[in-house]
Amino acid sequence: MTADAPLVPAGPGLPPAVSERNLALVDLLDRLLAGGVVIAGEITLSIADIDLVRISLRAMIASVRAALDPVEGARENGEPV
Amino acid sequence: MSAHPPTNTWLYVITEAGRSAPPGLTGVAGEPLHAVSGPGLTALAGAVPRSDFDEGPVRTHLEDAVWLEHAVRAHHHVVSSLARTAPVLPLRFAVLYRDDQRAAAMLMERRDELTAALRRIAGRVEWGVKAYLGPADPPPDVDGGDPRQDPSTRPGTAYLLRRQARHRRQEQAHQQAANDALRVHTALARSAASAVCHPLQQSGATGSAEPMLLNGAYLVEQTLTAAFHEAVVALSTRFPGLRLETTGPWPPYSFTAVSDFGGDPP
Repeated sequence: MTADAPLVPAGPGLPPAVSERNLALVDLLDRLLAGGVVIAGEITLSIADIDLVRISLRAMIASVRAALDPVEGARENGEPV
Repeated sequence: MSAHPPTNTWLYVITEAGRSAPPGLTGVAGEPLHAVSGPGLTALAGAVPRSDFDEGPVRTHLEDAVWLEHAVRAHHHVVSSLARTAPVLPLRFAVLYRDDQRAAAMLMERRDELTAALRRIAGRVEWGVKAYLGPADPPPDVDGGDPRQDPSTRPGTAYLLRRQARHRRQEQAHQQAANDALRVHTALARSAASAVCHPLQQSGATGSAEPMLLNGAYLVEQTLTAAFHEAVVALSTRFPGLRLETTGPWPPYSFTAVSDFGGDPP
């Protein structure tokens, strides 16, 4: 597959196209779990459930990053670095 | 045929009638895609095994961050691949039907609003613009600290006063930047056909130490893409207290809410 081609060719004044693989998961979650056409399929996952997943995943990403980067973790807690 | 395990129909996008998926493109279960046809509309879908993609299994999987990330990226890969060649309405993640017939019945039933939504995003793409509090200038630590003006000042007191003053300046800068971020959103919304704000992402999730002040999404005419980006550049010059970050182009995920279509949030 020729994946990762940009939707709009890059040009002057345009940001470089980001490879799909490097898209931030949080940005994807903002869009895929909160956006998109909402149709109650037959196997319905209620929107509230999906939002809970999104929220918990965001929190998880935040805590993983804080654990990996104690400086950032400290900043988040308002501590001087 | 009966030897095949039972499947559900996972929907990726709704697009114009007659569209088909490029061969080789695979979905969340690694399955090939197929078209589900309705009157004037086509949904591109995948047949996913019920053992993994029925209500119970999906609920369980959703709690598994590794599974979720893989599936979210796979769904997006399909949607963005299809969006390159035709206007598509992305479906929300995990819209599942028992079979193609029932998905086709939904296309029939909601034909008018889906057609209107598809028309609305045709020729347009979504851009994300985030604003962060800009990297702070190192605050001067010696403001007004002439000891001759206040001979009673002890070093400890002076230190605390400086700290307090620095705190106040930081708070003022933050408030100013938050106001500026709102101005950025208003200005970009004017350059866009439609605009929404996603919830702000937590500092730890963004990879940025600075707090996020805007998480905007803008539906922009493809032909006006360059002008939109010029507007972003101009705004980052106008508001040096902010750091702006652009993502995209995205398929129009944030502009497909069929039920509240046409209404922008306050």
